[in-house]
Amino acid sequence: MQKGGSVIEDIMEVTATSRHYVDRLFDPDPQKVLQGVIDMKNAVIGNNKQKANLIVLGAVPRLLYLLQQSSSSMELRTECAVVLGSLAMGTENNIKSLVDCHIIPALLQGLLSSDLIFIEACLRCLRTVFISPVTPVQLLYTDPTVIPHLMSLLSNSLRTQEYITQIFSHCCKTPEHQTILFNHGAIQNIAPLLISPSYKVRMQALKCFSVLAYENTQVSMTLVNVLVDGELLTQVFVKMMQRDQPIEMQLTAAKCLTYMCRASAIRTDDSCIVLKTLPCLVRMCSKEHLLEERVEGAETLAYLMEPDVELQRIASTTDHLVAMLADYFKYPSSVSAITDIKRLDHDLKHAHELRQAAFKLYASLGSNDEDIRKKITETENMMDRIVSGLSESSIKVRLAAVRCLHSLSRSVQQLRTSFHDHAVWKPLMKLLQNAPDEVLVMASSTLCNLLLEFSPSKEPILESGVIELLCSLTQSDSPALRVNGIWALMNMAFQADQKVKVEIVRCLGTEQLFRLLSDPDTNVLMKTLGLLRNLLSTRPHIDQIMSSHGKQIMQAVTLILEAEHSIEVKEQTLCILANIADGNTAKDLIMTNDDMLQKIKYYMGHSNVKLQLAATFCVSNLIWNEEDGSQERQDKLREMGFVDILHKLTQSSDPNLSDRAKTALQQYLA
Amino acid sequence: MVVSTWTLQQEGLGFKSSLSCLSCSLHVLSVSLWVPSEYSGFHPKKWIGWSKCGSGLLLTSQFTKTRVVAMSGQSSGGGFLMSVVVHGDSALNEQEKELNQRLRRLYPAVNENETPLPRSWSPKDKFSYIGLSQNNLRVHYKGHGKTPKDAASVRATHPIPAACGVYYFEVKIISKGRDGYMGIGLSAQGVNMNRLPGWDKHSYGYHGDDGHSFCSSGTGQPYGPTFTTGDVIGCCVNLINNTCFYTKNGHSLGIAFTDLPPNLYPTVGLQTPGEVVDANFGQHPFVFDIEDYMREWRTKIQAQIDRFPIGEREGEWQSMIQKMVASYLVHHSYCATAEAFAKSTDQAVHEELASIKNRQKIQKLVLSGRMGEAIETTQQLYPNLLERNPDLLFMLKVRQFIEMVNGTDSEVRCLGGRSPKSQDSYPGSPRPFSSPSHKASSSQPYLTGTVQHYSHHSQCENFTYLWGEKRQEANKRGNFFLSSPDLSTNIHQLTDTISTPMFESFLVSSLSNDVDMEVDHFTNGVTESSSNGFLNGTSKHTTEPDDCDVESAQSKRQLCGGSQAAIERMIHFGRELQSMSEHLRRECGKNSANKKMLKDAFSLLAYSDPWNSPVGYQLDAIQREPVCSTLNSAILETHNLPKQPPLAQAVGQAAQCLAMMARTGSGSCAFASVDDYLH
Repeated sequence: MQKGGSVIEDIMEVTATSRHYVDRLFDPDPQKVLQGVIDMKNAVIGNNKQKANLIVLGAVPRLLYLLQQSSSSMELRTECAVVLGSLAMGTENNIKSLVDCHIIPALLQGLLSSDLIFIEACLRCLRTVFISPVTPVQLLYTDPTVIPHLMSLLSNSLRTQEYITQIFSHCCKTPEHQTILFNHGAIQNIAPLLISPSYKVRMQALKCFSVLAYENTQVSMTLVNVLVDGELLTQVFVKMMQRDQPIEMQLTAAKCLTYMCRASAIRTDDSCIVLKTLPCLVRMCSKEHLLEERVEGAETLAYLMEPDVELQRIASTTDHLVAMLADYFKYPSSVSAITDIKRLDHDLKHAHELRQAAFKLYASLGSNDEDIRKKITETENMMDRIVSGLSESSIKVRLAAVRCLHSLSRSVQQLRTSFHDHAVWKPLMKLLQNAPDEVLVMASSTLCNLLLEFSPSKEPILESGVIELLCSLTQSDSPALRVNGIWALMNMAFQADQKVKVEIVRCLGTEQLFRLLSDPDTNVLMKTLGLLRNLLSTRPHIDQIMSSHGKQIMQAVTLILEAEHSIEVKEQTLCILANIADGNTAKDLIMTNDDMLQKIKYYMGHSNVKLQLAATFCVSNLIWNEEDGSQERQDKLREMGFVDILHKLTQSSDPNLSDRAKTALQQYLA
Repeated sequence: MVVSTWTLQQEGLGFKSSLSCLSCSLHVLSVSLWVPSEYSGFHPKKWIGWSKCGSGLLLTSQFTKTRVVAMSGQSSGGGFLMSVVVHGDSALNEQEKELNQRLRRLYPAVNENETPLPRSWSPKDKFSYIGLSQNNLRVHYKGHGKTPKDAASVRATHPIPAACGVYYFEVKIISKGRDGYMGIGLSAQGVNMNRLPGWDKHSYGYHGDDGHSFCSSGTGQPYGPTFTTGDVIGCCVNLINNTCFYTKNGHSLGIAFTDLPPNLYPTVGLQTPGEVVDANFGQHPFVFDIEDYMREWRTKIQAQIDRFPIGEREGEWQSMIQKMVASYLVHHSYCATAEAFAKSTDQAVHEELASIKNRQKIQKLVLSGRMGEAIETTQQLYPNLLERNPDLLFMLKVRQFIEMVNGTDSEVRCLGGRSPKSQDSYPGSPRPFSSPSHKASSSQPYLTGTVQHYSHHSQCENFTYLWGEKRQEANKRGNFFLSSPDLSTNIHQLTDTISTPMFESFLVSSLSNDVDMEVDHFTNGVTESSSNGFLNGTSKHTTEPDDCDVESAQSKRQLCGGSQAAIERMIHFGRELQSMSEHLRRECGKNSANKKMLKDAFSLLAYSDPWNSPVGYQLDAIQREPVCSTLNSAILETHNLPKQPPLAQAVGQAAQCLAMMARTGSGSCAFASVDDYLH
């Protein structure tokens, strides 16, 4: 009881002194106010409790008032900005309170002053506010005059340079921000700062370029032609990646070059990428660096080489990268748990980040080259790690793990061996049950590969009720999910049992099937047609499906052939028609449809060889000898003028087409 | 360092610059304290107390011998490099030049006299199935290549010196031959050459056919990609952590070996017909950016030095460094600065101010070449010092003789009609550590405390021959230094009476031609008492016109300032010196250093233009420095003060440690040069 009392007394005492500080801000004597602010400054440095107290007691609006009053002396205004900057250094709650008091417009207004010391104090405070994650970056862009004014302040002093570039690098989050900064001459204004005598300025300028160039072709294309003191910017970045430079600088320079390369401003075989950026990023993944640096290094490297198999090959042999990444899974290490609580905490915090970065990098490494995939799967406990990664609590890790799995699933060999041995389909199926869309896209995409007919996992997956799941995916709003759903169904239907096919049609429903055939996404349409084609293979299956859904299918085919579609879509549709023509009873659905026959005839005379070939296939199937009623069909088609067309096609310059036409004509001779 | 000591002379600026001196000594200390941590025996605690106990000195004297070896290596290193050039072809010379330049740039800490760098494959250290061509850089296989028993290797001419820190060479695969069974790596001397590198103990290799690494074992470990025709494979040995990594076409493949033994040779092995590889030991630019890698390690080592942990002993360090700086200032007699520094750092100066000023006065005299006055002043202020140190006195006298020849000593200057007070031919202050013009001797004075000995035996041996040439030249020009016609005869007479003929032989040999001499003056100078002769000389030769400054007008420099009386005085002084030398020998036994010193000094007389003679370096003002510091040390010793400033000792200690590290295989010495810390 006594103890509690003393704590309250302590608080009361602190509040009382804080009260006193605030009261002094209201003194009628400006000199006393100034002294009060200076005393307050000294009192709050490094004292979070004091900062919170002052904010609660309403010091901020008064300080802002004094800061904005033109009657205040320059010294007083500057000291106010300094105190506000100090308050901003506290907790996130402090920042929120400051922002709520409209500190940002007030400080931005202050930048219009002609007093450099005051401007610097305002900028320092703005910097502290803007680098906080709780501050909405949009506040920098609400007044369109702010950015140009900041640009003009860049030349004033090393401090203004440091603070402004830091503000820019934290507040450039969207392509719009990039464009605004770019249009106000960010590149020309900031480039000279890369050779500033101050390390902080160089570093912040470099960070600016990395955020400006990220996924921005316009900026990247401009950057490659920029000269800094007679030297190309790329060379300046290369120098910043030298191994005696601070790691932060090496890493950020490598990011800049990576982004420029990904925006096609630098070729992937340029020596500054192959011999400098890539090795630098691989180095960043090594054990000797901080966990944050290793995460960033791995992610950037993954991004750099994602589209280029040659870079993937080089990286895969550089500094044992594949083995080095295995270390990313060893946090928190057993040693840290025992010896050092602080270290354990640090490790735990980064463990997820490390794992997801490693998965991402593995995914990127293995996305094209079969040898690299083999190397990855042979890494210690790799498949187990993926399997457990798929069911981790962190979405980021799950997503990265499934990306990695997807990348590896492109390997026929891995599908046949390690994927089956580790039953990866199980966690994958589980993941598909309830996951955010981005995870679903990757997972279903992986599932597509697992459902390829040579995959030994196909059977168990089928038995786990996957069809229903996939059918529900086709109803998703996301085109990517619809594609993956229908794609997986298509793979599943390839050379499948009658039972499976029936199950697919039943589960999907003809209505959904037709909805998919009119899907705005061509990919969805193509895969749906593919599914149809796979369903309509082998004669008994064709007849059976056509007998139950013939009418709708013929309707859909007609619609597609009549509508504006790409050659590929029409070709696929004609192939379906050819499959139908291969059926015993299904044939009649075409033969009795003169309109359809006219369409086939039309496509036989089309300018595109692929379509001619598919249409000819169709005719060939219709008039094939040794089948019931072939004579009548031959006669009917002869009457309709098909034979003349076939004769013409035998003269085609395309050997496939002329062969196909000759084979068809032989049916008449027999 | 040079700059800061110079500014110290300007006493007004003294204190400010002494702060830069302090920061410098901080660095120095960090080096000297850090380096020995590699050797448990030299733990800093054991020798930090240099100020009173003598362990630091002990170490120093132990190192002195090796130090001299290292120095002579440095001074003649260039000659060695040149001697490697054996080709007449200019393109090859060009390549050789590039190679030398690159090796010097990459491995500046390597002393090639002690540990030459590999430059080619050794034609002697190879298996018979190996053929060499193209200056022993191209290797081809010439065996049957049927079984692994036909494998063959070749080693480079020299092992990799530890002082490289990081060593790198590349091999280009010209042809993979039949099967591409090629191994690139390292092996110790004596490892069987009928094998591929990596198969045996102390042998390491990376093989092209399977991409495996072989670490002293017949079975390889999966390591990197395979390699074949057109690939460039690099091998990098890190002598700091004793690891090795390979590169392929400029990309690092990661660590292949750890815990490597020292003294490995670059090695390649081939096994099937048609295999051809070319080595690049620095002849061409490397594909891999090895300099970037070295930069990283240089930074690491320097960070390690900068961040040397001092833990709880911070205060201890500061006061020790302050003591060091103070003692340095006192040692070199920077009175005002020392006083100001001591005051601001709250220290006691262990010597009285008057004493410091006395030493400063003597030092100034020595450094301006006024040796006679310096000796006199020393005798006045420190009455017994020179009596007790006959060798020191002798050294001072020899220097006085040299200064007489130079025309700068007070005695001959008077004779030359110049006021000794008005001129100071030595403008600077003592240059304790290193002066750019004087690199080779940089820190030696502080290690030995004696005069430096330059190895110019050859010059002395060739003396007579050289002399003959010079003589003739001098005659033709007609400006021989002595103009008296009968001097030679007189000297011949004199030699009969003087038992040891060293000085005379120089004179005789120099005067054996028919030259004009002024016998009278000479004999007068000899026979009269020294003080009289001095006065006589003055009265007789005041009319001599030329009195030019030695430093400014080289072409007009004349012996003893050109005064006849001065020459006589000098010759007389030479005789005294000669007899002093004999006396010394009788009293104290033979002293080869003294004998050589004298011989070198007398050799000056053999040339018509001593300044441009092979022994002319003695006349250089910089040679006063060791004399000055020796005298200064002797004075300090009589006051029971250290004869070397501890700061200088620390620098010498650090330099020695680095040299020792190089010898004992600690590669980090490559990236810690003492000079880097002497701003």
